[in-house]
Amino acid sequence: MSDNDRKQFEPRIIAFFCNWCTYTAADLAGTARMAYSPNVRVIRIMCSGRLDPQFILKAFREGADGVLIGGCHPGDCHYQEGNYKALRRFTLLKRFLNMMGIEKERIRLEWIAASEGDKVQKVINEMTEQVRKLGPLKLEPASQLQPQNDRVSRVEPVTIAEGEAS
Amino acid sequence: MSTVNIPSPNGQPKIGVYVCHCGINIAGRVDVKETVAFAKTLPNVTVATEYKFMCSDPGQEMIQKDLRDGKIDRVVVASCSPLMHEPTFRRAMIAADANPFLFQMANIREHVSWVTLDKNAATEKAKALIAAAVKRIVLHRPLEKTRVPVTSDVLVVGGGIAGIHAALTLAEAGRKVYLVEKEPTIGGHMAKFDKTFPTLDCSACILTPKMSAVRAHPNIILWTYSEVAEVEGFVGNFKVKVKRKPRYIKEDLCVGCYECVEACVFKKGITKDEFNVGLSKRRPIYIPFPQATPLVAVIDPETCVQIKRNKCKKPCVDACERDAIDFDQKVEIKEIDVGAIILATGFKTFDASRISRYGYGKYPNIYTSLEVERMVNAAGPTGGEVHLQNGEKPKTVGIVHCVGSRDSKTNAYCSRVCCMYSLKLAHLIKERTEAEVYNFYIDMRTPGKGYEEFYEKLLKENVHFIRGRVAEISDWATIPEEEGKLVIRAEDTLIGAVRRIPVDMVVLSVGMEPHENVDEVRRLFNVSCSHEGWFLERHPKLAPVSTFTDGVFLAGACQGPKDIPDSVAQAGAAAAEALALIDRGYVELEPNTAYLQEEFCSGCKTCLGLCPYGAISFNDEKNISSVNGALCKGCGTCVAACPSGALQQNLFTDEQILHEIEGVISYV
Amino acid sequence: MSYIYYPGCSLKSTGRAYEDSLLAVFEALDIPLQELEDWNCCGATAYMSISELKAFALSARNFALAERQNGENDFAEMVVPCAACYLGLNKAHRYLAEHPELRETIDRALEAGGLKYNDKIHVRHPLDVLINDLTPDKITGLVKRPLEGLKVACYYGCQLVRPYSDFDDQHDPQTMDKIVKMLGGEVVNWPLKTRCCGGSLTGIVQDVGLRLSYILLAEARKRGCDLIVTACPLCQFNLECYQSRISGIYGHKIKIPVIYFTQLMGHAFGLSDEMLGLKRVFVSPARAFSKAEGGQHVHG
Repeated sequence: MSDNDRKQFEPRIIAFFCNWCTYTAADLAGTARMAYSPNVRVIRIMCSGRLDPQFILKAFREGADGVLIGGCHPGDCHYQEGNYKALRRFTLLKRFLNMMGIEKERIRLEWIAASEGDKVQKVINEMTEQVRKLGPLKLEPASQLQPQNDRVSRVEPVTIAEGEAS
Repeated sequence: MSTVNIPSPNGQPKIGVYVCHCGINIAGRVDVKETVAFAKTLPNVTVATEYKFMCSDPGQEMIQKDLRDGKIDRVVVASCSPLMHEPTFRRAMIAADANPFLFQMANIREHVSWVTLDKNAATEKAKALIAAAVKRIVLHRPLEKTRVPVTSDVLVVGGGIAGIHAALTLAEAGRKVYLVEKEPTIGGHMAKFDKTFPTLDCSACILTPKMSAVRAHPNIILWTYSEVAEVEGFVGNFKVKVKRKPRYIKEDLCVGCYECVEACVFKKGITKDEFNVGLSKRRPIYIPFPQATPLVAVIDPETCVQIKRNKCKKPCVDACERDAIDFDQKVEIKEIDVGAIILATGFKTFDASRISRYGYGKYPNIYTSLEVERMVNAAGPTGGEVHLQNGEKPKTVGIVHCVGSRDSKTNAYCSRVCCMYSLKLAHLIKERTEAEVYNFYIDMRTPGKGYEEFYEKLLKENVHFIRGRVAEISDWATIPEEEGKLVIRAEDTLIGAVRRIPVDMVVLSVGMEPHENVDEVRRLFNVSCSHEGWFLERHPKLAPVSTFTDGVFLAGACQGPKDIPDSVAQAGAAAAEALALIDRGYVELEPNTAYLQEEFCSGCKTCLGLCPYGAISFNDEKNISSVNGALCKGCGTCVAACPSGALQQNLFTDEQILHEIEGVISYV
Repeated sequence: MSYIYYPGCSLKSTGRAYEDSLLAVFEALDIPLQELEDWNCCGATAYMSISELKAFALSARNFALAERQNGENDFAEMVVPCAACYLGLNKAHRYLAEHPELRETIDRALEAGGLKYNDKIHVRHPLDVLINDLTPDKITGLVKRPLEGLKVACYYGCQLVRPYSDFDDQHDPQTMDKIVKMLGGEVVNWPLKTRCCGGSLTGIVQDVGLRLSYILLAEARKRGCDLIVTACPLCQFNLECYQSRISGIYGHKIKIPVIYFTQLMGHAFGLSDEMLGLKRVFVSPARAFSKAEGGQHVHG
């Protein structure tokens, strides 16, 4: 933190919510006056399937510290299966971001149904705290990029010394 | 649509930003003056102003005047959710001869003022959303809505009182209606009731004429013992497959004479009679009840010897003079085209055995309210007599309210009808048996026309009322008077003491619950559910019978617990909404479809497998993809996958979204 | 699956018969029970009412020990027969999972003792294990002396099913009923199966405690039951040991055997009275057992 007064870091988080479930749920959270942290800014898309990975990369490049994606629950997609497509891309992208040095905790995908206003509140608050703990995103120059350890760790045989259990 | 106003001949867009106070809904938390001042500093903004209620006529006129005066050619309104008022402002733009898609809303109410506690943070967030809208709208292009003709037929799912009323209303208006019911007869729960509150009208007397009207109406096609199997298409143009289960009786030949039923090899009932909720038994071939509609027999494949084991003398076949019995009937799939769908799938009653301390299923003489409804019905299994398992009339009866309602362990909600029907049953039981009747209630809820008066009447009939939730019902006697009785233990909160009331018979007033297969059904019709499993209306106040899927409407208790008058009123409303849709003759589709920029398409075919609607095909001649805009529903999944960016989505192009990202982050 | 057995203080003292019969029955069923080494008080009775923190710390230490003893296995299945221990450990389990601040304090306390709790514990009651981890035929297959005609009242008491456990119905529990039926016995409808036995009151406000015990016993007698089975050392003690005093106070002769469900199982399995601690009883079940065997008096 560069601030002289060392005040609490306020992360910048961009959310992409699908029109039919999660955006509606966020509206419901509003109607029900469920207060949540102001750090998340929502961009509406028709379906989580519209989420082009370049949007997420763009968000990070523009200075976002985290990205949240909200779609309909599996089986509930307004367009039948856009959310499954989103999930596949998300899984791949998370690994890719990790390799670029962006922690996987900075990106989160949640299924939130139209009736789950309380879940919007909970997820946004959790996400804000999670990203706040990580601190601001620092993108390193390309030359210093090192893939983080996301390969399956080699299993070391574990031995327990006799008598240790007591 | 009016003439398209192609903006900015000189290439410089002119954006108007209008910030709404929404009374104090927004202005109470967001510093509107500051956001307006901020908006003025944004590139291409030529007008930035504020108003108390942008959605009001004067608010809309402000926009229209600025458009007509040429001060602006694009509009950003910072107010509520686009799901709320986007159509309002788009209409306002059309009225001002502007293209309605040169418009963007910043949601600073639901997403800002209502959910942010800190005023500064709220103002900053509002600014960011306005900046994003301004940044994105520069790239908006004029678009046209496409019009699609609407099929005028309507599907009504569920043949209870709500479905019946909706179907009749539409049929009277000259529309063709398909009424699909999963049971062998229509009538639903109302057909099982004896009297209706608060008027004590005979339920059958007011329902059966409507059932007959359904049967007789030339505009209604009634398919009972049938279920919707598949729904495709969209508002105005649904393609529906209905599965008609075999009833092994030719419906057009059967006249409901009961000869086959009498002839069955089983001389008595052998299985639970669904209509009498298990209080009596029926044979494998049966007619649910004498006023069943259609009045046609049905054979239950689970118990019929001929169907199960293929060996029966089949006396039913011999008995039927009209040769209506057909053991070779198979499942039949009907395909229909409809413009609108009304869901009226109703409810189920709470399973009282889930509350073990009430002893249902353990002690005889503990009944659910629905069982007692059948008992007090003159056409019911006891001929209207209320009696105990041993045939005697009860001398004392306890009615337990809120079984499976207002209880965080089962259902937290109030089922709305139980207080009133408990009063009704108290009256009927007293009338039939002269028993002492005790009502155990948490609160008496009688909000309805004539309802409170009915409660007053019951008080005068010397029915006892004990205010307190029942803790337990058992046969544990502590004094001689309790021996051989069911003892109801409850705290009487008005006298502040625990009471033990010994009774002969207990009625558990069970609440209403969504059907078990509600998830399947909602997915079939693409509608949402509340936490409890009730179908979710589009807006709880202003769109109570619409859903988030255009063209699918709700009626009756599938949307939430309600009584008969409310169900009928809602069914009428749903029918009217469906009529409004159909009678316009067309629907306008949101032009947010995908389109292909042919020059960028490399013919990689990535998009082909992604479209769930088959809107993308491959043009072998040009070796590129091709999008059929009429089939596209605008999800954008293909657009996100296109490696070359050749596919784009109207209103959600890559550039528009990237601009929105820049905007939202440029001011955090 | 292997289980870690947490006895608690009662099963080593007043509830010895419970321990003896439980171990014998589990051995007959071929379910290995490994006693938790260096276990300490569950924290239930005295601690919980005076200092919850200490109670939770004691429970947490037991959890940490069980995890360590469990080695690399996934969850430690901790079998807790005493109803009070079961409630106390279950409560601690829930609170440690749901209250991060409490958890932090407890973690620090454990750390000072070189221990760590990783949430890898399932707190299980033997009834839960018998009904949910076994197929019914494992129990029925061992029955050598079916309890035909024996009328049994199953007494669960207050702590076994409320409020943190979820293996049985809270108001009308069924697991013990099911076991009695598997053994061939007849379960008496006895609506008092979760009502208070008097608990600790019998020791401090004795007339109240004895009255509560009397209510249960009198109703069981009235319903014609031959035998009461229970799963709690305190309930067993209260209901059995004061019967002559209760008979004196209420002028109503009461003599009903009150034994642990594991003793009844062991008897049906043909195990000896010695193995099952049946020699320790005040009110002998011999007459009840002989009724089940058609009047033929058999001792194992």
